[in-house]
This record gives sequence, structure tokens and C-alpha cells, in this order.
Amino acid sequence: MIWNRKHLLDLQSLSAEEIIHLLDTAREFKAVGQRSIKKVPALRGKTVVNLFVEPSTRTRISFELAALRLSADVINFSAEASSLKKGETLKDTARNLEALNADIIILRHGASGAPHFLARFLGAHVLNAGDGAHEHPTQGLLDIFTIREKKGRIAGLNVTILGDILYSRVARSNIWALTKLGAKVTLCGPPTLVPKLFESFAPNVRVTWNIDEALRDADVINLLRIQHERQKASMFPSTGEYAALFGLNTARMAKVKPDALIMHPGPINRGVEIASSIADGPQSVILEQVTNGLAVRMAALYLVNGGASLQVAA
Amino acid sequence: MNSKLLDSAALQRMLARMAHEIAEANPDAGSLVLVGIQRGGVPVALRLAAELAQVFGRTVPCGTIDVTFYRDDLNQRTAPAVHPTEIPGDIQGKTVVLVDDVFFTGRTVRAAMDALLEFGRPSRVQLAVVIDRGHRQLPIRPDVVGKEVATSLRQSVLVRCSTGGEEDGVFVRDTLASSAVQPAS
Repeated sequence: MIWNRKHLLDLQSLSAEEIIHLLDTAREFKAVGQRSIKKVPALRGKTVVNLFVEPSTRTRISFELAALRLSADVINFSAEASSLKKGETLKDTARNLEALNADIIILRHGASGAPHFLARFLGAHVLNAGDGAHEHPTQGLLDIFTIREKKGRIAGLNVTILGDILYSRVARSNIWALTKLGAKVTLCGPPTLVPKLFESFAPNVRVTWNIDEALRDADVINLLRIQHERQKASMFPSTGEYAALFGLNTARMAKVKPDALIMHPGPINRGVEIASSIADGPQSVILEQVTNGLAVRMAALYLVNGGASLQVAA
Repeated sequence: MNSKLLDSAALQRMLARMAHEIAEANPDAGSLVLVGIQRGGVPVALRLAAELAQVFGRTVPCGTIDVTFYRDDLNQRTAPAVHPTEIPGDIQGKTVVLVDDVFFTGRTVRAAMDALLEFGRPSRVQLAVVIDRGHRQLPIRPDVVGKEVATSLRQSVLVRCSTGGEEDGVFVRDTLASSAVQPAS
């Protein structure tokens, strides 16, 4: 398998083989993170720009550390303190960064398709760090990396994604990649946030509004945060009601498979989508997801850096 | 077209002789560590470690090192596949013998030394290779050599010493000639 993609824009357009290659590469980067010297010179002399037009702390820090551990130079650019606030267009901002010889641009943006737009005219490599409700490819990859590491496989697993599916780029990236790798995906939450339409994404995607049914056979339960900032209208009466109807509490947890993994992309709302004791419990892999995210982002940066280059050496 | 340079028995005799040379140069088995360079050096290192265990009457630690992140051509090619690095224990103060199958330009060994030194400061680093095919591009020279073979740049050299499967041996292939015979697929 040779990776020859210049950008990482989404998981929908990747083949199963490319996804597996990225996950295998990430496994070796995870081993690098366990050494006493956690840095390798793979991107030495490269300039990586974190262009975060939408606020983010954990994804930005994870990408920043990933780039630093590959020996790249990193610039952080956030919308709050930038020329974008002064009316500059995204295109002009990106062109200015490229004029400073940025090699890789990591874009977080509120509009779906923003990274694809940049990739059309930039010479630099573009990584999508989340675009609107469209995709968050490295989050999808780190979720799947974690599942694969814990369960040893993806094919045949029942993965339930619970919560705000409609506004979730994490859900979309997971759905595309999990189904490519042969998992069965169940989507559950309030009907206003989990449209039946999602069943048309791929075969092996099922929508249910019955939480007991969604949890019963699940090998993996991925809980999504209620994204108040992305919801234009109120999609459910109250967080209290959401917690009562769709929160993972101890009573529901008692009926879950004893080896089911509990996942959450963070930040978690304790007592809303997940009970505190479950988030900190033995089946939770929430903090391992954070560790794995670093390895996946190192792998993504490493692979795109070599993408679309001149030759394929032996 | 493949031509066989060494058969399985000749390769085995050569590995046994190399192990004895390593043992003579390093009589203190307790401070010796073998590290095979991914990927061709790994099976060679395992074979040498087995031979050394016979010589010393005790096991010699044997690990692997991947040089990918330390290569000097990452800017000029697609990203190479990464393989596991497993350094057995602490190499501080040890004698590390880097093992590779074919010694060619010297660039892989340069990268391997950089990668190795991230894990500690060995007292000495040595290099053992099965075939030295010439065409050095860096001032690096092996300490233990199985066989020196004059090759042209059109040729490739394959050392096969896996356990089981295809026949072991050393093979030379004329890469350009074979592609001329078999049109590009």
C-alpha cells in the first residue's frame, strides 16, 4: 500500500485500504509516544499552520503536539485574534500563509467544505480538522483506532453512536469509515437530532429512537456531546429531559454488554449524555482516545507530507 | 532473471562464521545487543542471535529498528511504510551490533545510527551485513561482512533467510534487463 494523497479532507473518499494503512502507521507513532525521546525528524524543516477559524482547544493542541513531535515548526492562527476579524476572506488568509511558505495547513472551519475549497487552489497540503457538520476525519480515525486496538477488529462489530447526530461531523466521519471497514452502525437519539435519512449513507446503518434497542447488542457505544453552539433552534425541551431519555446512566449501563467500550470525543457534559461514574469507569476509553488522537494526527501529517510527490522509491 | 549467489547451506555457513566474528570481537556476551534494521536486517539478526546463543551458551538480546523517520529522502518520495522498532532493554553502555542484509549506499545505516542514539548512548556501535555490494555514498564501513559482491547499479540483491517458506539464499537480479524482457504491466 502506497499513500499518495496530498490532502486529508474527509473519510468518505478514502478506501478501506487507505484507512487501514493510516491506522497501521498510527500504531507505530503511538509506540514513538511511549519512548523517552518522543520526537522524530520526519517533518524537520516543514512549517505547519493551525488555521482555526472556529474555536477548538483539544483538537488544536493535539495537532500542534503531533506536528512538534514530527519536528515541524508550528504556527497557531485563531479567528478571534486575526485578520479574519478585520474582514479578510478565507482565501486571502490562506494565500498569505502560503506566501510565508507554509507546507501544511490544518483547517478548522464552521462551513462544510471549507478545506476542500482551500485544497483546490493551494499548493500546500490541507488537513481537515473539522468542517461544519460535514466531517472530522482525524476524530473518526482515532475512534476507529481505539476500537481496533481494544477489540482487535472492526468488521462485524455493532457500533452505536448516541446523541446529536444531525449536527455532528464526528458521527459522519465515523459512519463513513466504520461501514467501509465492515462494522454495523446504529444511530440513536431524539428524532429531531437523528433523521431516518442517515440510513441512506451506507448499507449497515440503522436509525432507532429507542435507546434500549440501541444499547442492547452494542460492542461500542460512542456518545456525542449536545452541540448547543451548532443548533439554531431548540431540538429538545431541556438538557434534563435529554439526560432522562437518552443519557447513559447506571441503570442503562447495567444492561449493556460487559465488554462494550464507552467512548466520547469530548468535552463531556457529566450528568447529561453520560453519568460521571461511567465516564470514569472501567469500560470507558475516553482518555485513551485522546492519546490515540495524537498518534493518528502524527500519521496523517506524515502521510500527506509525502503525498502527490514526484516519485515512488523502492 | 534471478541468479543464485549462495544457496541455503552456504548462507547458513556464512551466518555461523559471522556470528563467530562478532563473538571474537565482543567476548563479553552480557553487554552485547543485536538490532536488525527493518525489514531485511530483522531475519538476519534473528539468525545471528541464534548462532551467538550457541557460541556463548546464553541468549543474546535481539531487537529491531525502523529508520523511516530518519531517512534523508522523505521530501522526495511518498511516505514509506513504517515498521516496528523494538529495542530490547537499555542500550546505555552496551555494544550494539546493527545488522542488515545488504550494504549499499550507506544511507540506511546513517539513518539507523541516528534512530538508535535516541534510545541511549551505547559504548560502541558495530555493523554486520550479509552482502556488501559496493556503491557507497557515505563514509561508513561494516565491521563484519558475509561476502563482498561486485554489482552494477542495474542489479538488485536479495538475501532471503526467513524461517520456513521459500528457499533461503542470496540472489542477484538484473532489474533493468528483466523489465526489458517483460514489458511494463
